[in-house]
Amino acid sequence: MLLPPGLTSDEFATAIAAFKRVVGAEWVFTSEEDLYLYRDAYSPYWGEPEERLASAAVAPQSTEEVQAVVRIANEHQIPVHAISTGKNLGYGGSAPTYSGSVVLDLRRMNRILEVNEKQAYCVVEPGVSYFDLYRHLQDNKIRLMIDVPDPGWGSVLGNAIDRGAGYTAAQFRNHFDAHCGMEVVLADGEVMRTGMGAMPGAQTWQMYKSGFGPWIDGMFSQSNFGIVTKMGFWLMPEPEAYLKGLVHLPRFRDLSVLVDTLTHLENSKVFSGFPDLLSPALGTPGLAGLHKFLVDGPAPRPAEYQALMARSAKPEEYEPYALKNSIPFWSVGLPFYGPEKVIRAQWEHVQDSFRAAVPQARFEQREFFRFPLSDTQKEQVEYPAQLGIPNLRTFQIGARSPWNPAPPGEGHMWFSPILPRSGDAILKANEVLGPVLHEVGASFGYAMNVPVPCWERSFVFIIFFPVSKDPAVNQKTRAAFRRIVQVCAEHGWGEYRTPVAFQDDVMRTYSFNNHVLRRFHERVKDAVDPNGILSPGRYGIWPKHLRTGEA
Amino acid sequence: MRVALILLLLGSVAASAAEPDRLGRGKAVFDYWCQACHGRGADKPGTVALQVKYKGQLPAPLEERHDLGPDLVKSAVRRGISIMPFFRKTEISDADLDALAAYLARKR
Repeated sequence: MLLPPGLTSDEFATAIAAFKRVVGAEWVFTSEEDLYLYRDAYSPYWGEPEERLASAAVAPQSTEEVQAVVRIANEHQIPVHAISTGKNLGYGGSAPTYSGSVVLDLRRMNRILEVNEKQAYCVVEPGVSYFDLYRHLQDNKIRLMIDVPDPGWGSVLGNAIDRGAGYTAAQFRNHFDAHCGMEVVLADGEVMRTGMGAMPGAQTWQMYKSGFGPWIDGMFSQSNFGIVTKMGFWLMPEPEAYLKGLVHLPRFRDLSVLVDTLTHLENSKVFSGFPDLLSPALGTPGLAGLHKFLVDGPAPRPAEYQALMARSAKPEEYEPYALKNSIPFWSVGLPFYGPEKVIRAQWEHVQDSFRAAVPQARFEQREFFRFPLSDTQKEQVEYPAQLGIPNLRTFQIGARSPWNPAPPGEGHMWFSPILPRSGDAILKANEVLGPVLHEVGASFGYAMNVPVPCWERSFVFIIFFPVSKDPAVNQKTRAAFRRIVQVCAEHGWGEYRTPVAFQDDVMRTYSFNNHVLRRFHERVKDAVDPNGILSPGRYGIWPKHLRTGEA
Repeated sequence: MRVALILLLLGSVAASAAEPDRLGRGKAVFDYWCQACHGRGADKPGTVALQVKYKGQLPAPLEERHDLGPDLVKSAVRRGISIMPFFRKTEISDADLDALAAYLARKR
């Protein structure tokens, strides 16, 4: 039986008995069979000594129970690692960062505490998934739209504090930015409310974000300074209509003007939806075509294209083939949300802007829906998440399909560096990362990769790394992952989020002025959690007694 | 003896009345946890994968299968298969898993 480091089995048994008195024996898990379920199903260390494993799991049902559990953990110096729905596969799942921790499983805290349709916000507990919130709004005919990441079974709160992203309007895609007000259990068991919630009887907890004094909400994201037990979110009123227009540009060199034009239009709020970049010429799918690509594979291509692929031609060398066959080199799908008259005018303005920049630009209205959507329409939409519909289509990645009938994979991880919003950055990233990926036995899978513009003013590349149950394979994958973290850092590109196994590696790249940011995190950690019991190591923040002292 | 027989009969009536409840609960668990991957349709990764795996010899959507035994269902949920992760007891309790297994095995 794995014990929390430094505890005897008797001391641990005393703590377990105390946990059971708080949450009930049924909700304290200590058997080997039950703790298997708190492994990271996609761990890149599966079955190796370094795999992060839990010593027990405790599942409270209320903030008061979380407080009581934290107090017991403090008394016995037991590390506790909080999870929400535990479904951030590829980023750690339901396993702790530090082996021997007790997982605090908040899945049972699954209440949607408030939905205010008029003011367009909600308040949820950690165990509420995107599916839960969506069903609640649909069942109660509440005309609000949620913003969902790819797997809809994730926690609304958990994804936000992990700083995840979705696919609707810019203001809501950044899930942390869209929050308003938190309730946090601190390491000593005290409960704190942030923003306007700090005022007893506050009337505006979910209506004004920053309250009075330093705005500290960010300290509870990607960190281990407290356990967030409630969180408010601003939601988008369901629009009258949704329109997705496609802009097609013919030449390789149009990339820079494409990025500059769409970025200016986005920053000017002419459109707010997720710009979906793709290259029909190269065969690089966008979001909307990704599922079909994963199921059916690339569209059949003539010999000329096959020859280009076979000799690993540079992207620009595909241009004559594309021009001859009237295939756009670049396309971008731009979604609009709002009253029909308004979004049609916005789409017209977008077309004028692109036409002025590239006279040969072509345009296509791809989708148009009026809300509320019928069940049939919900099945028809190209990318359900762009309409706030949670789903699990993303698990087609690595699963068997007609295109990929081989035995399926066993999991995946994402490497996701942030890049500048420019065409040059896309080309540079391909130039730098392509050969490194090739060298380490991975690849983009296409002649060229395009980034996803989750957030305004930046790009993020999302690069797939397979995970295996074979330690020898995983060892190579980990080495490749670490190599690419380093290569990106050398070019000034940092990851926005990373699997638990690499959080120390990534934190180490944010090293300005002798790692002062990490040292600041550590000072905060020592002050707010002196016993270092909350999720030691999460996002590279270790308590004093576990720091190795290495740079 | 007569008392025992009556009790047995009562027990059997109770069991048959409970069965639709259990299957109903199993269906609810399926709809909540499994349908998004294993429901009908080309946008369900589990269904697409099983279509390819069984090449049409078995129905791809799990609810249409005639061969699923409760133990296989329970093992898949608690141990995972390929990219499908396992599910914790705070997600699918043992009682819910029994109901799910009974529901998916109902055609056997």
